[in-house]
Amino acid sequence: MAVFAVFFAMAPTFRQGDSFATVLYAASVVGIMAVGVALLMIGGEFDLSAGVAVVTAALTAGMTGYYLNLNVWAAAGIALLAALAIGFANGAILVRTKLPSFLVTLSMFLMLQGLNIAVTKLVTGSVSGPNISDMDGYASARAVFASFVPVPVLGSVRITVIWWLVFVALATWVLMRTRVGNWIFAVGGNVESARAVGVPVTRVKIGLFMTVGFFAWFSGMHLLMASGRQQSGEGVGMELLYIMAAVVGGCLLTGGFGSVIGAAIGAFIYGMTTMGIVYAGWDNNWVMFFVGAMLLLAVVVNAWVRRQASKR
Amino acid sequence: MTDTTRPRAADTADPAATNGGGADAPLLELRGVGKSFGNIKALTGVDLKVGAGEVTCILGDNGAGKSTLIKILAGLHAPTAGTYRVDGREVAFGSPRDALDHGIATVYQDLAMVPLMPVWRNFFLGSEIRTGWGPLSRLDVAAMRRIADEELKKMGIDLPDIDAPVANLSGGQKQVVAIARAVYFGARVLILDEPTAALGVKQSGVVLKYISAAREAGLGVVFITHNPHHAFMVGDHFVILRLGETELDSPRAELTLEDLTHHMAGGAELDALEHELARGEGPDGRPAVPHPAPGDGGP
Repeated sequence: MAVFAVFFAMAPTFRQGDSFATVLYAASVVGIMAVGVALLMIGGEFDLSAGVAVVTAALTAGMTGYYLNLNVWAAAGIALLAALAIGFANGAILVRTKLPSFLVTLSMFLMLQGLNIAVTKLVTGSVSGPNISDMDGYASARAVFASFVPVPVLGSVRITVIWWLVFVALATWVLMRTRVGNWIFAVGGNVESARAVGVPVTRVKIGLFMTVGFFAWFSGMHLLMASGRQQSGEGVGMELLYIMAAVVGGCLLTGGFGSVIGAAIGAFIYGMTTMGIVYAGWDNNWVMFFVGAMLLLAVVVNAWVRRQASKR
Repeated sequence: MTDTTRPRAADTADPAATNGGGADAPLLELRGVGKSFGNIKALTGVDLKVGAGEVTCILGDNGAGKSTLIKILAGLHAPTAGTYRVDGREVAFGSPRDALDHGIATVYQDLAMVPLMPVWRNFFLGSEIRTGWGPLSRLDVAAMRRIADEELKKMGIDLPDIDAPVANLSGGQKQVVAIARAVYFGARVLILDEPTAALGVKQSGVVLKYISAAREAGLGVVFITHNPHHAFMVGDHFVILRLGETELDSPRAELTLEDLTHHMAGGAELDALEHELARGEGPDGRPAVPHPAPGDGGP
């Protein structure tokens, strides 16, 4: 709220509907991934490979589609399998080795980062994926993943904003009102207790990593369809923004507590901060400083609120 | 698919077992059970019987093999020797879920609760009530909150807020929530792992009262403790473990609290020590009468 007020006062353009639509778009790009990452964090793990997995999905779709001459939708299907497989690998290695998720997903992050660039260079001879914008199915895929939708007051809004809201609603319902949601809280809160009362801990953990994989695929498809080609070196550092959004929204780093709506608010605050700085005419290089300061403020306030709550 | 929404669902499997001691086979029986981890023997040749409406106490010092025994009973470990029977039929549990399906519920020291989750979510964790079908199947929140509240009231606990996280309850209240949960979900045998260990006198009293209430209700109870006073207050049968073996196996009628405390404190070994100290034979360094301790100090 405070962030909103500051930029509302500072930047006249911030008050216009279409700039608000841009804020929402920036928020949705981080926010869609933050949905999966927040669920995973509530389940007691995190995923450092999420940022580059988005790019892996986009590159997979771009390259398989172009070189195998497939319909864009078929290529997207292959990319979905790849993204789910990455999530499954993360989860299965974690469950099998009992290593902390920091190490497992850090390894996955480094490997994917290398693979993204190396394989792209090997296949295309350059660091960017092929252009698929003239291929079959591109138009309809673009309509689903990257089009603009007219919305009253705001003008035209990127479709990712709509998807973001849908995913947040869906994930919140799953978390609060289904058995799986109960299990997610339980494996994050106390994994031994969860196992003792018969919660299938292994399946829940692997499923959560695969959920992150699904959202990485979705985000990757958005990146690819928005421009028609994907740069292979992107995505590095994004994983921390997803975690940032979830933590600002109240997810505990230790698991067992948090909400998807909180993560959405975190992503929204991020969107306002980044775009607000642009609209206020400040130097763009300040963005990360403000994001960091915001994160610090949020965790301090969260910790304080929790202490007050437990005192009562 | 198999929501255990109805209490005591497991009873229908064997009606004979519910009507007190009338059944010929005990609810739960171990014969010569042993467990080794590699070449370390944690447990050897343990016999145990639990009938309906009976409290069997398992006592033992730290490292006596109590926790290994619980894990076998609960289905977390498979025994490496001997047989495990439920209602006279041999069973091999692959997971705690299997044991639960046979009506054997374990209340662990840490209570198998998730501290940050509300009481009602903890109550139904792993056995949630759902409505709707297919992808729309969802938690029946209203029913779960109502039932959890009713069951706790039956146990004499009136929580101001069923949505409060379990972390906010007192130690005794947590124990009773865990016991109420096990009873509601059709437990016929309750295995209680040191339920009074971390509690004060008054809180322990509350828990002991519920153990005796569970016995009155016809449940078999396995009460694991290292406190002979607590054990003697509610127990019908006593087993003392020592270094993975049975040191004493006796019904209440053949035992006094003094005997129990004595055995618990080390039994024969203690006698020898007492003897030795009384005669002042300490300084010459001669070892006390060597007690037979098989499994201790292998080749």
